[in-house]
Amino acid sequence: MDNAPMTPSATGSVRIEHEIGLHARPSVKLTQLAKSFDSKIEFAASPEGPWVDAKSIVKVMGSKTPKGTVLHFRAQGQDAAAAVQALVGLVERDFELTS
Amino acid sequence: MTSNTKKTLRNVGIVIVSHSPDVARGAADMVRQMVGDAVPLAWCGGAPGGGLGTNVEAILTAIDQAWSEAGVAILVDLGGAETNSEMAVEMLPDDRRARVVICDAPVVEGAVMAGTEASAGSTLEQVRHTAEELRAR
Repeated sequence: MDNAPMTPSATGSVRIEHEIGLHARPSVKLTQLAKSFDSKIEFAASPEGPWVDAKSIVKVMGSKTPKGTVLHFRAQGQDAAAAVQALVGLVERDFELTS
Repeated sequence: MTSNTKKTLRNVGIVIVSHSPDVARGAADMVRQMVGDAVPLAWCGGAPGGGLGTNVEAILTAIDQAWSEAGVAILVDLGGAETNSEMAVEMLPDDRRARVVICDAPVVEGAVMAGTEASAGSTLEQVRHTAEELRAR
């Protein structure tokens, strides 16, 4: 968890509908996508945090975020807007997993 | 190593060493299915004559199969898996030895964590750190 101040250049939120929440496979998908961007990217289950580094697989999986949680993303950097858009899209598409 | 530009160089490879071939194969399946095929991956396990065990020869072959210019991270289960892996690393040619690490992490979880990190083009040191971060939590 990281509560260091950030001046995000992009934010977005999305509700997790995937049956098991942010568990093993969704966590891997989310982390891999986050790592494909240069921006610093974090998420939290509340707009006040605590914020989790979206590029850390151990921290993402460790967050044990359940189904129904509204995930708040914030990103800082050149590709922040694209990063938030892509991550929100991934969650909306149920992490592109069939089960 | 030449330039280390993300995605131009092959990703760090992962080797899984267990006393049980079933565990090693199963852990490798998890990495393939969860992480994808962007990471060189090999596994070995079992004694040469069948049954539980590990052996240096098979570990060397697995390192070779998963070889990447970015290096190889080895995940082991217990005792002999670790000592035989250390021995295999010792037997590698000089130019490869420095690019192979044995992670101090649980074999299944560590392999998935290391594989996820490796799939993003991270360095060997970052891959090892992520696998070992599990233990620090």
